[in-house]
Amino acid sequence: MKSKDRNYFKILRAGINTTYQDLGRNNLYHIGIPFSGAMDKRNFQLLNSLLQNDYNSPVIEFAYQGPHLKYFGKDIFFCISGNVSFKIITKEGVIDGNSYQCYLLKNGDEVDIRSTNKSVYGYFSINGTFGVDYYWGSCSINTQAQIGPNNGNKFSKDLEIEIIDINNSFNKRKLDYLGGTIENIRVIKGTNYDYFSESSQNKFFKESFKITKLSDRMGMRLEGPKIENIVDPNIKSEGLVKGVIQITSAGDPIIMLSDHGTIGGYPKIATVISADYDRLVQLAPGSNIKFKDVSLEDAETLYKLYQMETNNLISQIK
Amino acid sequence: MIKNILNLGDAALYCDFGSDVNQEINSNVIKYFYHIKKLNLKGITNLTPSYNKLIISYDLNIHSFLSLKKKIENIEIKENNKLEKNLIEIPVCCDNNFALDIKRVENKLKLKSEIILEKFFSKNYFCYMTGFVAGMPFLGDLNQEMRLKRLETPRVKVPKGSVGITEQFCNIYTFETPGGWNILGNTPQNIFDTSNQSNPNLVNPGDTIKFYRITLDQYNEIKR
Repeated sequence: MKSKDRNYFKILRAGINTTYQDLGRNNLYHIGIPFSGAMDKRNFQLLNSLLQNDYNSPVIEFAYQGPHLKYFGKDIFFCISGNVSFKIITKEGVIDGNSYQCYLLKNGDEVDIRSTNKSVYGYFSINGTFGVDYYWGSCSINTQAQIGPNNGNKFSKDLEIEIIDINNSFNKRKLDYLGGTIENIRVIKGTNYDYFSESSQNKFFKESFKITKLSDRMGMRLEGPKIENIVDPNIKSEGLVKGVIQITSAGDPIIMLSDHGTIGGYPKIATVISADYDRLVQLAPGSNIKFKDVSLEDAETLYKLYQMETNNLISQIK
Repeated sequence: MIKNILNLGDAALYCDFGSDVNQEINSNVIKYFYHIKKLNLKGITNLTPSYNKLIISYDLNIHSFLSLKKKIENIEIKENNKLEKNLIEIPVCCDNNFALDIKRVENKLKLKSEIILEKFFSKNYFCYMTGFVAGMPFLGDLNQEMRLKRLETPRVKVPKGSVGITEQFCNIYTFETPGGWNILGNTPQNIFDTSNQSNPNLVNPGDTIKFYRITLDQYNEIKR
């Protein structure tokens, strides 16, 4: 491709844990590869809907601080989802942008994604397609196993993000959405619930836990009351799923997130329900978390409600 | 052969094959795993076999716990279904630079290093499962006199290719990760190949592994 025909972003600052993500890869747990994919699936879906992209189009995910991007090429629109502060720098000046709103970029314009507010993950994409390679049907970057485009590594300064397709029939749309807040994280009791003393079981649901800085796409470590194991601090290693809460030998909860190790040997006290996962991952280190016990039947109903809410939001995009 | 099916959260079945760890129970898990995988059921998003459990993740938009549980309970697998087994030979170099924990193992097992390595290389090992990180095989069983616990404090970084032992098991670190197994050597062979997407794992559940010892020169030759 001749350079004048290229449409691309140059990364002036990479941000934190900036990667390509889509819906992730299935049916590979048995060889040790987790789902990966966008941590907050609702914001991923809203972004692709706003941009009229295919529902599983690649987007750029960032945590806490996003990238600073400079654009080169023909006119393009971009949009950001999540609770994000960002600036758009053009020849006319600098403006503050709003999430869930599409903006035009011309050759030489910049987007400086300053931070996520009281949340962790944000998403950036364009009315078109990034030039990415697919691994097992997904472009999600798993930095732990070095799987995905960019050799499975997170973005770094000076990297160039290619755009291979721009949707010219695009019309600009927006959504009024403030994002969901959550009081409790709802869970289903785990397969090793009876490994823990009665008083610890009570504490697990009555007291709150603090999210520590040792949290990333693989897992979230919590601290709070110690959970006392009265059977065995280990189990025979077995499969894990997203949202499983294990209790370490030290008595602290650790929640498995999208890039988690596929097998684990700590007892499972509970599992976060699917309906609450997107809101769980957006809880920043330092925030408190309280667990609420629900039945499997309720969790299945809550998931249907969650899907209806998402579809409702998509229908409100104008 | 499945003793009980529970739910793990709201989007996975937890199939329990028993509490012991042995090749007979594990072979049943692996038979179910391959059988269900072949059925290619719509809405199954992952299958995770381990020593004595099989976890089946599913898409909540397609299945509910009870409906999928019934489907799995109705699967019939013949007891005498033969498991396909490959014999895979893997070179290991036990040079001092690689055998990070040989001194500790000598002290704990009260055996000389040469005896330890001779015993280690004299056996074939069965692959129970792969995972934790991509392609990592969990192999067994070590002889009784070769069994010891993990390191008290796990290493923050275990080098890629490290071959380690703990309790009745041995494994190969397919990536540099944190870990607490006792490291006896290192293989120059790539155990997980990202570029081979149809078959990235060198070792799969049910396979038999034979380790053979190589010199540092041979190691460097293979690496090159």
